[in-house]
Amino acid sequence: MKADATLDCVGLYCPMPIVKTAQKIKEMKTGEILEVLADDKGIKRDLPAWCQTTGNECLGIEEGGGEIKVYVRKTQK
Amino acid sequence: MAEAEKEKLTIVVFSGELDKALAAFIIATTGASMGMDVTMFFTFWGLNILKKNEGSMGGNGLMKKMLNWMNRGGTKRLKLTHFHMFGLGTAMMKKFMKENHVPSIDEFIKMSKDMGVKMIPCSTTCSVMGIGDGAFREEVGSLAGAAFFLNEARQSKVTLFI
Repeated sequence: MKADATLDCVGLYCPMPIVKTAQKIKEMKTGEILEVLADDKGIKRDLPAWCQTTGNECLGIEEGGGEIKVYVRKTQK
Repeated sequence: MAEAEKEKLTIVVFSGELDKALAAFIIATTGASMGMDVTMFFTFWGLNILKKNEGSMGGNGLMKKMLNWMNRGGTKRLKLTHFHMFGLGTAMMKKFMKENHVPSIDEFIKMSKDMGVKMIPCSTTCSVMGIGDGAFREEVGSLAGAAFFLNEARQSKVTLFI
C-alpha cells in the first residue's frame, strides 16, 4: 500500500505508538494515508481501536519478519 | 473533534506507587491521544507523584513537617507495589523501562501537560497532610475538592480510581 507518510514506532510500547500516531495525524491533510511501523503486537488491536474512537479509517494491517505495518487514512476533520 | 463534543475521561489517582502511577499516566496520555478531555484528580498518596523532587518539604507545625519528611514524595522516590526490595526491585524496573523506551514518570507528567491533561491536587488532602503551596511541580493545576471531581466525573464517559 502506498502511504503519504511513515511513522517508525519499532521498539516502542503502549502508549507511545498511539501518542505518536495522534501527533503525526494532526500534521497530515484529510485523505492522506499514514503507515505506522511497529513491533509491539498490541498495535494490531490498539490502532483499529484508536481509529474507531477518533473517526479515522484503518485500511489494513500487514505483518512479516517481526514487523507490523498498519495503514491509517485521515478522515477526521 | 470539536471542543464541545469531546468525550471526558477522569482518573482519581489515590495511590503513590511507581507502577500505579505508570498505569494512570498510560491511560491518561492514551485518552488524550484518542481525542478525550482528560482530568487526573490526585489525592492522598497520589499527591506524592506531583511533589517536586527538590526543594523544601514544607508543612506547618512539627508533626506535619515530620509527616512530610517521612512522606517526601517526588517522582524519584516512588516505589513499586511489589518487589521494591529496599530499592533494588524498583531500580531494576526503572532500568527495564528505560531499555524498552517506556517514558519515566517525569516524562509522562511533561507529556501529559503538553497534551492538555489536567492534573489537579485535592485541596482537602493537601491540608490534612500539611502539603503547602509550592510543594508541587509546575505542570500541576490549581487545587480543587470533591465537588470539582464529581462535576468532572458526572460528565465523563470513563472514570477510574487508581
